[in-house]
Formats: sequence, C-alpha cells, structure tokens
Amino acid sequence: MSTNAGTVIIGAGQAGLSCAAELRRRKYDGPVTLIGAEPHLPYQRPPLSKAYLSGEMPVERLWLKPEAFYPASDIACLTNIRVTAIDRETREAVLADGQRIGFEHCVIATGGEARIPPIPGANLPGVEVLRNLGEADHLSAALKSAQSLAVIGAGYIGLEVAASARKRGLAVTVLEAAERPMARTASPILGGWFGAIHRGYGVDLRVSTPVSSIIEKDGRAAGVLLANGETVQADCILLAAGLAINTGLAEAAGLECGDGILVDAACRTSDPSIFACGDVARFHSALYGRSIRLESVQNAIEQGKAVAAAITGAEVNYDPVPWFWSDQYALKLQIAGLIEGADSIVRRGDPEMGSFAVFHIKEGRIIACEAVNSAPEYMAAQKLIGSGKTVDPEALRNLDVAMRDLLA
Amino acid sequence: MTKITFIEHDGTEHTVEAVNGLTVMETAIRNMVPGIDADCGGACACATCHVYVDPAWEDKTGERSSMEQSMLDFASDVEATSRLSCQIKVSDALDGLVVRLPEQQG
Repeated sequence: MSTNAGTVIIGAGQAGLSCAAELRRRKYDGPVTLIGAEPHLPYQRPPLSKAYLSGEMPVERLWLKPEAFYPASDIACLTNIRVTAIDRETREAVLADGQRIGFEHCVIATGGEARIPPIPGANLPGVEVLRNLGEADHLSAALKSAQSLAVIGAGYIGLEVAASARKRGLAVTVLEAAERPMARTASPILGGWFGAIHRGYGVDLRVSTPVSSIIEKDGRAAGVLLANGETVQADCILLAAGLAINTGLAEAAGLECGDGILVDAACRTSDPSIFACGDVARFHSALYGRSIRLESVQNAIEQGKAVAAAITGAEVNYDPVPWFWSDQYALKLQIAGLIEGADSIVRRGDPEMGSFAVFHIKEGRIIACEAVNSAPEYMAAQKLIGSGKTVDPEALRNLDVAMRDLLA
Repeated sequence: MTKITFIEHDGTEHTVEAVNGLTVMETAIRNMVPGIDADCGGACACATCHVYVDPAWEDKTGERSSMEQSMLDFASDVEATSRLSCQIKVSDALDGLVVRLPEQQG
C-alpha cells in the first residue's frame, strides 16, 4: 500500500485523463483522483463541431475510455462536481460539497469555456455556444428546428459548425470582425481560400464585419445588428469567439498566471507540487523561442503525459511540434507548427486542384505548414520542423520532388 | 458478434468482442487494449493507431485510402501490412481478424 497522498487532477477532459492514464501506465501507485465539473466521463471534443453535431456519430462513440477503464485502472473519476479551491497550506483540493481531498501532487487541467463577447443580447435564449457536450446537444436541437443560423466568429469552431449547418440545409451567415477567416491561427492565403470555399457552399461569409448587438424579438434572439447598421435575421445564433480559459483556481491559489497558468519545462507551476497541462498551461517553447499556450488535442494528450512523467520522477522537457486539424466539407486541413514569425512562404501544389500546402519559412527552416488534403506535406513538415533542417525552397515548391526525399 | 485479436508487440494477446459499424481503433480503445494511442480520435489526422493486419486478412480489410497511405508513408516501422486502425470498419466479414501492434505509435 502506498503512503503517498496521491495525485488530484482537476479537470476531466482530454488533458486530465491523459495524465491519469499515463500515471498508471508508469506504475504510479498512489491514489489518483480525476475531478470533472461536467456530468460526463471524459470525452472527445473535436467531433462536437463535426460528426457529432451532424448526427453521424452517436454519443457512445465520444467517450475517451469505457466506464470499466476507471475502476480497472484504480482511477477515481468524480463527475458533475467543481473544485472550488486549492488549499496550498494543507495540500488539499476543496470541492463544492465541502469535501477535501489531500494530495502530494495536484494537476490543473481545467481547460476553458466558450468566451462570451461583450455584446448586448449575448445571453438571450436562442444564442448558443459550443465547447462542451451539453452545449453541443443544445445547439444540435436548436439547428433541427431552425431555418437560419448566424455564426459570430470565423475561427475553426465557427466554420466547422457553419459547414455542418449547410449540410443540414440551413441558411448560414458567418460574421467576422477581422479581415479574413481564421485570422488568429492561419495564414492569409489559407484563410482567404477557406473563405472562398465556404462561399462556394452557399455560406454568406462577411469579413471586417463587427457585430454590435443581438436583436431580441418576443424574448428570444432573432438576429444580429451589425456595427454598420445592417441587420442579419437568424433563428439560431452561435457565438464562436474563442476560449475563456479557466485560470481562476490557479489565480486564487496565488500561482503565477498570465494568459494561462505559467509552467516550466516539466509543466510545474510556481508551486513545485502543482502542475498544469492542456489549454490552460502557458510554457516556454524552446523550438519557437517564446512563451506559448496551445489549444489542441495533441497538446492536451502530450502535456498530460509529460506531467505524469514529471510526477513519477522522469526528466521532462516539454517542447512539442504543435499540430492541429480541422475538417470542413470534404477538406482536411492539417497544420504543423506555428506560423507566426516566418520571413517567407512557399506554396506547393495548386489550390485550384483542391490540395495544396503552404510552408512558412524562417531563416531557411520550416517553422509551420498548412496542408489542405496534403498529408505527405503535413507529415514531412512535422518531422522537418522538429529536426530544424534547412530546406531548399525550390525543391519544396517542386511537386516532382517527393516530400520523403526532403527528409533525407 | 465479431471477434478481433490484438497482439501487442511483446506477444500479449487480447481477443475481444467488437461491435459492427465501429472501427478497429475504437474496438481497441473500448476494450482497453494497450498500444493504440488514437490521438485524433479517428479522424485520420495523426497516425497513432497504426496496426499490422495479419496477412490472412489483408483482402478482407480492404485497401488503404490515399490519405491513410500518405499518413503511413511517414509513420515509424511501416510494413506492407500496415494500416491505420481508425480506417478499418468492423463487420461480420472480419470475424476472427488478427492485428499486431507496433512497438511504438507515431
């Protein structure tokens, strides 16, 4: 029997579960408690805006692990309960029902919630957000009875939902304040191209179009008033304005934060017995030479594992090549790396043909690749970003040169 | 019910009941078979659900899709029988399927 007070993991999403499972895989023998505020066992979020929303994927295919996994792995998974405080003095997590759970190590994997932009009417019935399963069910029901959808925000979630809603035959308007879709994460080439694709599928995409309020009718949302004075009528409105990360617990506990919970290369916060991982954690990327915070499945999984490695005494230096993907219509977008800071770009393939890649180069090395239906480019770029090998832009541009040969 | 046998790299066998319509990857996850990471949840975006299909079953499991082929081109320890298990759908025709797991995913 272990004398270890154990590990308490706050947040039962992809990062929290990944950490818990990896602790057991590494033969950690202390108690492991995974605590989730949502009423569900850990589940996959990516399908919520894709196959689950479109009805192609039933709920039982969302669970990350079967129910039997938790007792079999000796992981106590508490759902539907919030942690209200981390008591660093007594080393206990305090739960909403007053229960206190002692820990030797605490892991904060609290993720975030859909950000509600400060516009009048944002709280009206008929205004939806999408971050968790309950919200996906609510949105799905709303889309079933709606003829028209207005999406505020043209990021991944907004565009994926727009694509799903078009498949269902709704009239869809997407309103974006920036001058192009996916402005925060993707290059102008890619954002512009995706915008054109959506318009081709009949989405009324309006960029450089800030919103001033949600219009109310009979106590419900009925449309959107734009800053330019125009109105857009819609039965259903989705706020897709990014993530508000849950750093409250960490801040209240006095841990260092700044757009995320600050962690070192071993994912430790400013308290060496408390770790953070997933969407909430901000760490220094040696690869990119700056502090970053990643909102992605890959980061949730790998950083969760890194925390488990650190807790079990392994030497950890978390420095991933980030990757993301998005499915819209018949397009698979795969992004490796981070595009910010490139000094040149190289395009490979022809957007007209529906498959192409945009490489972002800095000082002769690939720092990112945006690949549309171009898996070889994406996979090779992942490896090239990690190795830091310089590449010949002409060879990269030349479709007759296989991506494999650039790795050699 | 369709039976599938997963053989870990160290030889440990797991014979499990699979639900038709799910994928071989989901079958492994549901039955807690170690050695399949499935980071992207079956979107053919990550190549971490790599398996080797037993040669006797190659015809029944079908062809690699072009996307799958491209992902496998860059995965580790790929062989002629390599597939991404998220791309193999379980059906009665696969009753008795045997797949082996690589030493590592990715």
